[in-house]
Amino acid sequence: MEKIIFYSLALIMIVFAIASVISRKMLRSVIYLLFVLAGIAGIYFLIDYNFLAAIQLTIYAGGIIVLIIFSVLLVHHIELELAIPKISKQIITVLGCLIGLGVFLVTIYGHEFNVIENNNTTTTAEIGTLLLSYETGGFILPFEVVSVLLLAAMIGAIVIAKGKKLIDKNDETI
Amino acid sequence: MNIVFGMTYILPWPLSIASEGTLSIVEMVVIALVYLGIFSVAGLFLVLMERRVAAWFQLRIGPNRVGFQGLLQTMADALKLVSKELTGTVKSDKFLYNLAPYFVIVTALMALAVIPFTKDFHAFDINIGIFFLIAVSSIGVIGVLLGGWSSNNKFALIGAMRSGVQTISYELSIGLSLLTMILITGTLQLSEIIEVQKNGWLIVQGHIPAIIAFMIYMIAGTAETNRAPFDMVEAESELGAGFHTEYSGMKFAYFFLAEFINMFIIAAIATTIFFGGWLSPFGITESIPWLGVFWFLLKTLVLVFLMMWFRWTFPRLRVDQLLTLEWKYLLPLNLMNIVLMALMVWGGLLIRF
Repeated sequence: MEKIIFYSLALIMIVFAIASVISRKMLRSVIYLLFVLAGIAGIYFLIDYNFLAAIQLTIYAGGIIVLIIFSVLLVHHIELELAIPKISKQIITVLGCLIGLGVFLVTIYGHEFNVIENNNTTTTAEIGTLLLSYETGGFILPFEVVSVLLLAAMIGAIVIAKGKKLIDKNDETI
Repeated sequence: MNIVFGMTYILPWPLSIASEGTLSIVEMVVIALVYLGIFSVAGLFLVLMERRVAAWFQLRIGPNRVGFQGLLQTMADALKLVSKELTGTVKSDKFLYNLAPYFVIVTALMALAVIPFTKDFHAFDINIGIFFLIAVSSIGVIGVLLGGWSSNNKFALIGAMRSGVQTISYELSIGLSLLTMILITGTLQLSEIIEVQKNGWLIVQGHIPAIIAFMIYMIAGTAETNRAPFDMVEAESELGAGFHTEYSGMKFAYFFLAEFINMFIIAAIATTIFFGGWLSPFGITESIPWLGVFWFLLKTLVLVFLMMWFRWTFPRLRVDQLLTLEWKYLLPLNLMNIVLMALMVWGGLLIRF
């Protein structure tokens, strides 16, 4: 049963990943990408890692894909199709992808995976405790560093979005 | 997957001798069909309820001719919609155009699966219940965006963009107001949240911050379902019918049903988190467990009525007012509310019977 679900999910993901790359309509490839990400969430559900699955759905499917759709909606007209690149560029891309795939495969097959019989579902309470623990194996330092980084990014975004004032208030010549 | 549902022993006999794998598949299919039934019946009934409530608010009678008090009116409407021709615009993106309604429908169905109707009538009791609901509801907006864009219609596109802005903004408020209540329960699992409420419903346990959280949740929930006074997505007077202008027949009905089911889901989550779900008030029917459905639906329908009351009372907001409300008022209020609730839980100031 689990095997059937896994292989069908894997097939769906591979088919849609390829479709997402070769589709010439921009919004369609975004939607194919959404299916790939939802498939990954499905695999997390399959191994009973519900928290990560929900994170995958919220961040990638609900957040990033919606943002991409927004930007496509703003710049792309429905009749436009993406141009086909030159043959030389295509060959270079294919070679690059093959090298990347090779590196992945070598790394994955060069590593021995131990099957662990683990029937416990990771609860949110455990994740939260570990995230804020400052003992060995705790993640308090990365957590704080990331929060400072996000704060900096947020302030930067606000400053950029605000822009400079078009009319200077002290300028009385107008 | 933990499907807590005593379905296996009421199946017809040819299946009782089948293998366990087949049985579990059949069980899943049966549960899915049951939920599809609930989905369509509840959706149609809510449409009727909306029309009757609207009529009542406007001193009319409303549909009361088809069946007793018009109970079959929306069924007849649905039949009419099924028989209608499906039209579309010339240069629309047909694939995405046809896909969009299913996004909305499927996410609504997935959210329905985790809602506890009674202790046993609970299809998918996942340990991250509320978080799963928030995650799933954040996908529904993709259907609206796609529908608006692929119709190749300016008004539909404007409606879809407004919907995206609105849903992304108000999702924050929904998440944070639910998080306020999670501070009391200490768990995300919906069945355990209801267990906690045997000592008093959470809105009583958490008193002041809980009431603030409830009000924020209802405002944000109304906005999330794109209903008036936050219905700029459809704004009839400016945009035709918003993102579903170009949809006809059953595809339009999908959007329409999903809107009402989403309203039901928002009300059902509020019932589960704030008003004790299927628990009866003061435990008066604790010895009769199946009455839980009755209490659950009663509380949910009262909240649905509240949302309909909003719709027929308040005028529509402008886009800038909508965003100001969320980012300048609800969000800071929510953050302060969380701190207040945390202090209360820490200081043991909850009311428990």
